[in-house]
Amino acid sequence: MSTKSKIDALAATAGKIGDDPGVSVAAAAWRRLRRNPVFLTGAVIITAFIVLAILAPFIAPHDPTDPMLGDQVVKARNQIPESQEGHPLGGDQVGRDLLSRLLVGSQQTLLVGVLATLIGLTGGLILGTLAGALGGWVDSLVMRAVDVMLSIPGLLLAVSIGALFAQPNIYTLIVAVATVQIPIFARLLRGSMLAQRHSDHVLAARALGVKQRAIVFRHMLPNSLGPVIVQSTLVLAISIIEAAGLSFLGLGNPDDRIPEWGQMLGRAQNVIDSHPQLAFWPAGCIIVVALGFTLMGESLREALDPKSRR
Amino acid sequence: MALLEVRDLRVVFQRKGEVPFTAVDGVDFDVEPGQTVGLVGESGCGKSVTAMSIMGLLPKRGNKVTGSAKFEDTELLTLSDRQMRDRRGRDLAMVFQDPLSSLNPVIPIGLQVTEVLERHRDMSRRKAMVEAADLLDRVGIPDPRRRLDEYPHQLSGGMRQRALIAIALACQPRLLIADEPTTALDVTIQAQILALLAELVRDSGTALIMITHDLGVVAGLCDEVNVLYGGRVVERGGRHDLFQVPRHPYTYGLLQSIPRLDAPKGERLSPIRGSVQDNIPWTSGCAFAPRCPNATDTCVEVTPEMVPDGAGSVRGERLLRCHNPVAQEVPA
Repeated sequence: MSTKSKIDALAATAGKIGDDPGVSVAAAAWRRLRRNPVFLTGAVIITAFIVLAILAPFIAPHDPTDPMLGDQVVKARNQIPESQEGHPLGGDQVGRDLLSRLLVGSQQTLLVGVLATLIGLTGGLILGTLAGALGGWVDSLVMRAVDVMLSIPGLLLAVSIGALFAQPNIYTLIVAVATVQIPIFARLLRGSMLAQRHSDHVLAARALGVKQRAIVFRHMLPNSLGPVIVQSTLVLAISIIEAAGLSFLGLGNPDDRIPEWGQMLGRAQNVIDSHPQLAFWPAGCIIVVALGFTLMGESLREALDPKSRR
Repeated sequence: MALLEVRDLRVVFQRKGEVPFTAVDGVDFDVEPGQTVGLVGESGCGKSVTAMSIMGLLPKRGNKVTGSAKFEDTELLTLSDRQMRDRRGRDLAMVFQDPLSSLNPVIPIGLQVTEVLERHRDMSRRKAMVEAADLLDRVGIPDPRRRLDEYPHQLSGGMRQRALIAIALACQPRLLIADEPTTALDVTIQAQILALLAELVRDSGTALIMITHDLGVVAGLCDEVNVLYGGRVVERGGRHDLFQVPRHPYTYGLLQSIPRLDAPKGERLSPIRGSVQDNIPWTSGCAFAPRCPNATDTCVEVTPEMVPDGAGSVRGERLLRCHNPVAQEVPA
């Protein structure tokens, strides 16, 4: 191809740039994400698990609470139903179909992840906005409280909070996991709000006499949300893992009729040398879902970060 | 009566355990309604801090503002935050240096224009949008209706600064402070923006305080010029007087250091020696003395006062703060 035709070809593609009306930061980020294989992998994983969780009651081959293979369980000889016709993954310690339990268990796990993230995000948004917008003693007060919470290792804090409840269930688990995330969100948001507070456009808005409330909610907060949004996708993964950890430690729902991956994993520890599949499947699911959220989060961070734009 | 009367304005920045720094050290100047006044000086001489203290935009802590800034009959420096907020954008407005960072990146231009209209003129969003398109049209932004939905990064530098000027003038303020409005723009756009500013303030009767280090800007725009050094006004005069017969060695040095097209080929520029850090406090003499070619012993012993100066003056008053002013004329 001659140089001239190359230039013509380039010019033809270049003509399309800039003709589109109103591209917001979000729209531009989405455009980059759509072509990012890392993001697509994460998105496919997460979408698949969400679909499975929604459809679980219909596609699960058996009732996850029914010990239908109970006659194959012999406690004394540590015998657990192996893979067989109609039960591709076999059964668990009391003879319930493992595949059905895994499928239905995704509901609980995703619920924990999403709710814990939402609660952590909301709490962090409120505290971070208060600290970042008001400054002064409010800032000091909120940040010292946050420092105290951050000084305790996350899982330990979650365990202590989970242990506060007399009757642990899925919701106490969510609260415990969410509480750990609140200070992380609050500190992150406060940091980016502070950076905004001294930015030129906030100064320009103040020079126009814009009211304090509008400055905070229209000028500071929307510009500070980027890192918080990224963090929340990562927290989705973290909270699923932490919730599984708490269940594993026995701080989850003591009633094991409703399946949950972390809890399944916890129960499997006694038989892990003879029946590793009981640990392998729920652990694998946790890892894959967490990986999916992390892939999405990382590529989202890249898409929103002006420094790593290509 | 003057629109804005600044008297003995002093801004001292003080942090715990540090030596206080006097950024503005007793500045006086007046702005008449509709007049364009220039504040000129190199970086660090207190131009921007003067503007920020008049607008009440300095941080609440870590600084002390004394003196007086009277806007019509109101003392601006003693207004409460709320009162000042009601005035900013309506009575006095400001245009900043960097047009990209002065616009909110996540909000369309339209909303940023209507925000101030809704705030100060109680307009509904719908009415404000119509007005906004009109404003953008007036500052020379083509296809304003489409631009309303666009984001700041989609506009060129010149257009962003036009948009900011439109926002600043939206409520027809009586005083506009422009803090180096053309520094971040390239030269052809600078000329356009300056012409636009000149036209807008003339048509609307808005007074303009032009803060700049660019004497070319001053020469083209300002009625009266205040030259600042070390936080004080060292020379004041009409622009023609000042440029024809600079009396203060600092003003003279600034004018001499401009590259000239008609200078002989190969001639060196003549900069002012030293830097802004090499000054002595005004209380013990003339702050410019360490850099001044005319400095004598008096200059480091006696603080020069601001006195009327008749030399070369053809129009209007002339004030000078110098013991040994420059005598000769700049060759035209």
